[in-house]
Amino acid sequence: MSASLPPSSPFQSNGSEPVGAAFILKKAVLSALVALGLFSLMVGVRTEAGQSGQLEYWTRFGELASLVGAVFVGSIAVELLRLWLGPRGGFGSFVPASVQSGLSVAGRYLAPALLIFTFLVPVIFYNQRYILDLGILVLTYVMLGWGLNVVVGLAGLLDLGYVAFYAVGAYSYGLLSTTFGLSFWICLPLAGILAAFWGVLLGFPVLRLRGDYLAIVTLAFGEIIRLVLINWQEVTGGPNGVSGIPRPTLFGIPLTPGEGGLAAMLGIPFSPTHRIVFLFYLILALALLTNWVTIRLRRLPIGRAWEALREDEVACRALGINITTTKLTAFATGAMFGGFAGAFFATRQGFISPESFTFQESALVLAIVVLGGMGSQLGVALAALAMIGGFELFRSLEVYRMLVFGLAMVLIMIWRPRGIVGHRAPTVFLEKSKSISSDLVKEGHG
Amino acid sequence: MSSAPILALENLTMRFGGIVAVNALSFTAQRKQITALIGPNGAGKTTVFNCITGFYKPTSGVIRLTHDDGAQFEMQKLKDYNISKQAKVARTFQNIRLFPGMTALENLMVAQHNALMKASGLTFLGLLGVPSWRAAEQSAIDNAVFWLKRVGLLDRADDAAGNFAYGDQRRLEIARAMCTGPALLCLDEPAAGLNARESGALNELLLSIRSDHGTSILLIEHDMSVVMEISDRVVVMDYGVKIAEGTPREIRDDPKVIAAYLGTDEEEAAAVMEAEA
Repeated sequence: MSASLPPSSPFQSNGSEPVGAAFILKKAVLSALVALGLFSLMVGVRTEAGQSGQLEYWTRFGELASLVGAVFVGSIAVELLRLWLGPRGGFGSFVPASVQSGLSVAGRYLAPALLIFTFLVPVIFYNQRYILDLGILVLTYVMLGWGLNVVVGLAGLLDLGYVAFYAVGAYSYGLLSTTFGLSFWICLPLAGILAAFWGVLLGFPVLRLRGDYLAIVTLAFGEIIRLVLINWQEVTGGPNGVSGIPRPTLFGIPLTPGEGGLAAMLGIPFSPTHRIVFLFYLILALALLTNWVTIRLRRLPIGRAWEALREDEVACRALGINITTTKLTAFATGAMFGGFAGAFFATRQGFISPESFTFQESALVLAIVVLGGMGSQLGVALAALAMIGGFELFRSLEVYRMLVFGLAMVLIMIWRPRGIVGHRAPTVFLEKSKSISSDLVKEGHG
Repeated sequence: MSSAPILALENLTMRFGGIVAVNALSFTAQRKQITALIGPNGAGKTTVFNCITGFYKPTSGVIRLTHDDGAQFEMQKLKDYNISKQAKVARTFQNIRLFPGMTALENLMVAQHNALMKASGLTFLGLLGVPSWRAAEQSAIDNAVFWLKRVGLLDRADDAAGNFAYGDQRRLEIARAMCTGPALLCLDEPAAGLNARESGALNELLLSIRSDHGTSILLIEHDMSVVMEISDRVVVMDYGVKIAEGTPREIRDDPKVIAAYLGTDEEEAAAVMEAEA
């Protein structure tokens, strides 16, 4: 609709000028005309195959009129809302400064509070299997989000095939443990190394690609890995997947009933919840490791080089930074964390198949990173909680779940276009660490 | 100390398709001197710069750099990042290229990437936080602080570079280039967009970089007051070839330079050409 705005539109030239009723009406009429054009065939004429296969159609002008009317009224409402909220800045300028500073204080204590709460979840919800399972799921996505954050948020390389490394990690553990009988704790680093290796392998061909081209190739890479998993039947089991993957042990002590199990050793009655709690703390530890390493890396030269690469690649070259190795290390590091998460996924499920590693997973993890605020650790954790937990929250809405969820995402993107935590924290400071406004931070060129 | 000039261009030619941007250009930049490269718009100055700093691979010719200790580099053969890493050539850009979302201090830390990378044991020792890494990081911060103080931006060390005023960004970019510890500093129009006072401060800074730090400087500049005031030698280019070379005083009176800048009518140009022949 922006094309229909005259260049001297009050919104574009000067917001303090009053917007005339004529302008609002004109815009609403234009919107309604577009709606009429779009919906006249989609809604206005209903076609169906008749009993003998002939075309039957009838008109539904009533529905069409109500839709066009809704667009007309909606357009006026949006304009009035915009007028009321001020020309620019949206909701941000609408919040008083005192509230904003209060929010930032709350933000400082949010991360430690969340961490303590997460530690206590198995204690509080010990008898609620559903909550524990959901917690494990959320933490898995937190870990995946933090892993992808290295590639997308720090290095600014748009990776749409992140699920490939998740799959490599899962199959590494699944196949190594079922074929060679290796334990989870040996396979975990191996899964990370193998995924990192595939990360480098993906990195090489895409070094020269940027933006959309990079996104397309990484997307294809994700699909290739999945197709190989489906078709290489002798090794991966094809669509049947890998089953009977050993459950994790507490450094060799199995969490099983009977002799030699952890419960028997501790002299307490066995409960299947023990394993769930163990898995919960396992993924929490893995996620926190990812977080700790990422925070450390940001303060090391390699992390700064990633961020510099996102800001300006040409300047990096002029400063003697090897772009090739810097990009490859970003891919490898992100992939390694994906591999760890994959190995955890395999041991938790006990069964893996290519169906678990579709593009939808990549898109979900990327959405978590973008929604959280690229580069922000806290933001990604909050976004994973909102995306995975929120999705469960809307379960009672049944068919409208996706609709409500989509609406919530659109609203968040209007309210905070750079993610929940959009600002960037400096990695080093002399006197005082001042957070950097998201307007200045670049998203990278791909 | 080596007696060879720090930078010597021999028959440098750069073609883009059918266009010859630089044609068999040869000149030298002397050690610990400021050499200015001037010429009208489109003369090929920035192309020469991009060849020297590895952003273009020249079609033919040799770019030879000689360090104080006599180590020589043929820069047309080096990979782009090795021009800064090994040959120690730093540059700034005509349209400033800072990292806008990073603080001034972070910008200067990124410039010390290669030294810090080594000190952090390719990240692994740094990840563990060993004392030698901490010491190296602290000395890098000290170096950054030194240069921030030098360009008068110390009080803004923790501010995002993108928030700096234009003149401050120019100075920060020079500080960032100096943090790489260069033997040769290449400046692409450092005085563009500066007011008279800022331009004067820049002259002082460049002269001090030359005399106090012993860094040779090659600069492209349109602002003749800067060129005449600080350069030791001037090379004039037009249409991809060198048309004059000498001290600022010699260049100022050279009829060919005047003709290239101001344009002449046909007769005058012919007269100049004849006088030359």
